This record gives sequence, structure tokens and C-alpha cells, in this order.
Amino acid sequence: MDTHIQVKNLNVYYGKQQALKGINIEIPKKQITVIMGPSGCGKTTLLKTFNRFLELTDGAQITGEVLVDGENIYDQEVDVTEVRKVVGLLAQRPSPLPMSIYENIAYGMHIHKMKKDRSEYKAAVRHYLEIAGLWEEVHKRLHDPATSLSIGQQQRLCLARGLAVEPEIILGDEPTSALDPISSQNIESRLLDLKQQYTTVIVTHTLRQAKRLADYVIYMYLGEVIEAGPAKEVFTNPKHERTKQYLEGLF
Amino acid sequence: MGMKKKHFERRHLVELFMKTLMRIALVIVAGALGLILWTIISRGFPAMSWEMVSQSPKGGFYMGKEGGVLNAIIGSLYLGAGSTLLAIFFSLPIALYLKTYLGDSKWGEYVRLSLDVLWGIPSIVYGAFGFTLMIAFGLRASLLAGIIVLALIELPIMTRAMDEVIRRMPADLEHAALALGSTKLEVALRVVTRQMLPGITTAILLAFGRGIGDAASVLFTAGYTDRIVNSLTRPTASLPLAVFFQLGSPYPEVQQRGYAAALILTIIVLAVSLGSRWLSARLNKYTVK
Repeated sequence: MDTHIQVKNLNVYYGKQQALKGINIEIPKKQITVIMGPSGCGKTTLLKTFNRFLELTDGAQITGEVLVDGENIYDQEVDVTEVRKVVGLLAQRPSPLPMSIYENIAYGMHIHKMKKDRSEYKAAVRHYLEIAGLWEEVHKRLHDPATSLSIGQQQRLCLARGLAVEPEIILGDEPTSALDPISSQNIESRLLDLKQQYTTVIVTHTLRQAKRLADYVIYMYLGEVIEAGPAKEVFTNPKHERTKQYLEGLF
Repeated sequence: MGMKKKHFERRHLVELFMKTLMRIALVIVAGALGLILWTIISRGFPAMSWEMVSQSPKGGFYMGKEGGVLNAIIGSLYLGAGSTLLAIFFSLPIALYLKTYLGDSKWGEYVRLSLDVLWGIPSIVYGAFGFTLMIAFGLRASLLAGIIVLALIELPIMTRAMDEVIRRMPADLEHAALALGSTKLEVALRVVTRQMLPGITTAILLAFGRGIGDAASVLFTAGYTDRIVNSLTRPTASLPLAVFFQLGSPYPEVQQRGYAAALILTIIVLAVSLGSRWLSARLNKYTVK
């Protein structure tokens, strides 16, 4: 397995409470990894350590290492804005920035100075809107407020916006749970299309979604990783009792 | 089961009582406002004429029986605009710094407390402070001194108002910008200001209204004159002082000018209030609700 992210002895504390206990896992490159488990098992906490978002929560303490292509993202010398450029996030609730549709996509490219002139920006905006499957719907109103889009369109906008900074890894924090079934399916098929170019890590609380999307599965329970492996193996032949119980829907 | 209204049930009577009290309070407040406006309009309006707004007082010092209050109008507009611009220059960075780097920390609370205390200091104290500084530096009453003192008064108001608005920033929006690899400064300058533009504008115009109407602080620092000010180092007339001095004179023509000045000041503040609402609505286009 070609490893993109390696987690070594990761522990996370919220004040006195330990949310993640001794995590040691590897995330494979250019596959969709799904982190699943019951509510409160720490899956979102684990996801947020990958783009250093955990630091935004007061009182969160992290020990251990998270290596992306061998580089520890928690090292003192590492620039957190670079980490977040390489590791993108698609959040649960779509949050368009208070700007036009065009400016939303261009935002990331502007702050990282990724293009030379206006025509390059315009071409890039079009490219990413096409990838997200949104171009046809919005190309006539690129300068309308992003808030005028429907919620499903907004999530696709957020996907395009995130891809525009050319990340290597896409994180999804329950990216379809706020959407209607049709928009959900839309996002899922986009993620499947993209999996050959990006390493994708999704947190979901829906077993069915996990089964539809996963190439690699990590099952968590109460802050620990119980089992991790290729989806086919874990779904058909789980090694641990807890995993078996979860898959059978006992809890 | 009978669901008909039980008019004499205790809790309905209590509600009726409270509603009546609230209505009375509303009538008193609206009535007071109406009475103030009525007094100013009924006494100021007869004195309004083209001369009033286009000429300075003639016939001896501000007690002159002819001419108008143009000196005070221009003076107040200069004072208001100058002080507000100066205050924005400091307020916006302070408010953004509070949000971005101090947040809800201890230091943030100290800054907010200091601003609250400064807000509460009576404007004549600011005037006295300004006057003391002027003596220490050997300066005379001038437009510039008035602008500086008014900026000092406006600063805590503007900063706190901006701070209150900026604090309501939805966390999701900031996180979205951070997830793309923004620095905290980029989030403040590119996202927070865009989202909070209507609120920031309101804060600025609120402070402007306060500054342009203040009399006690400009009394010693900006001085008074019957000429239109043409330099930062000369004294200037202002509408609040125009009201003060002219109402205190024994000549009815001069008193009338005082009411006219009060009316003009009210109109300016009203125009600014309405303008700020209109502008807020226009700036709302891209904000995330």
C-alpha cells in the first residue's frame, strides 16, 4: 500500500478528557478512505488532526505525529497555511464566502498567488466549476452572490473552491449529511470521479454511504481504532467482534 | 372540552395589563420625540431661508442680526468628517485585532473594558483634556484641535460598535477561509470585513452622529468664529455651539437663528441615520445570512 498519511501514537485531549487514544494508522494514496463508527467515537476529531483544525478548538492538546508524505505536519518549522493548502476540507454544512460565485472559487488561488493574470484566473474558475459539475448551472451568473445558490449547489461550490488550491488530500466531514438525497448522490459521484487524482478521507455515520464509497475502511469506537483495512476485507470478513456488531447494525 | 376564551382568567388579565403598560410607554417615548421635533421645527422653520444656509452672520460678532449660519454648517461638516475619518483609521484596526488575535482572552476583555470606560467619560472632560494639551503645546483653538478631540470621543463608540458586530461573525465562514490555507490576517481583511460591512458602516455613522452633535468638547478646543473656516489652524464655528450661543442672546432675531441651527443639525443627523440604513441594505448583497 502506498501511504499518504501516517499517524504515529496520536493522542488528543480536550481538557482532561481523552478523545483519541494511541492512534497508529496509515491512509493509502489516491483511494477513498472512510472513517466510520458510532456517534462520539472520535472520527471527526481524527479527521481534524489531518489539516490542523483541531488547534482552533480551545483547550485541545495533541501529542504524537501526523506525517504527510513523510513530513510531520505538527513540526514547529511547518507553516500551517501550507498544510491546509495541501490538505483540503469539505465541511458538513456548506459555507460559501460572502462574495460572488466567481470570487469564492478564485479566493484560494488569490491568497496563494497561484495564477498570473485575470485570464488565467477566469480559466481556472471555469475549470473547477466544471469539475464540480456546476458550470452549466452558473456560468451566466458568476457575479451573483454565492448565497443565491441552493444548498446542494453551495456544497458543490465548496468542493470546487477547495479543489482550486490544488490539494493532494481531500477531507470530508460528513459532506452530504446536510443535503437532500439527489444532491448527496451528486457529491458522492463527484468524489468517486476524483478519487484517482486525490487521496480522499471521508467521515460518515451512514454505513450505506461507507459501503458505496470506501476503498479502505477505518472503524473507530470510543476514541480508538478497532480495525482498519481494505473495504472488501473489513465489510465481508471483519476481524474484531465490535466491528462485526457495528456492521450488523446492533448499535 | 370547552376552548372558549376565558377573559377573566388571571394570566390573561396580567397579559392585558402588561400590554397596556407597554403601549403607554411607547406613547410617552413617541410623544416626547414628537414634541422635541415639533418644537425645533415650529421655531426653526420660520427662520429658514436661503440666506440662513448660504451666509455667515453679519453685523458684528455672531450676535449680528443679519446673515445666516453657513459658518457653523461648514464648520460642523468639517469637524464631523475629519474626526470620523481619523477615528476609523484607528478603530477598524483595533476592532479587527480584537477579533483576530485577542478574541475572548483576558487581554481582549481588558481592552473592551477600557473602551467601555472611555465611552462613558463625559464629553466636557474630553474637552478639558484637549484644552490642557493645547496649553501645554502652546496651541490656540483650531479646527484641527476640534477634530482630534472629537476623534478621541468617537473612537471608543466606533470601536465597540464594530467589535459587537464583528463578534457575531459566523464561525463556519472563518473556518471555511482557514481551511483554504488563509492566514488570520487574510481572514480578517478579506472575509470578516466583507461579511460585516453593513455593521461596520452603521458603527461609523453612529459615531459620526455623536461627534457632529457634541458641544462640550469643541467649546474650548475648536473655539468659535463668525467666519467660515479656511485652515486647520484657525478656529471654527459649529452647529451645537451656534445653538448654545445664539439661544442665550437677548435678541429675538439671533434666537431664531439658534433654532434654525438646531433644525439644520437635526436634519443632518436624520439624513445620516437614513443614509446608513439605505447603505446597509445595499451592502447586504453578498453577506451570508
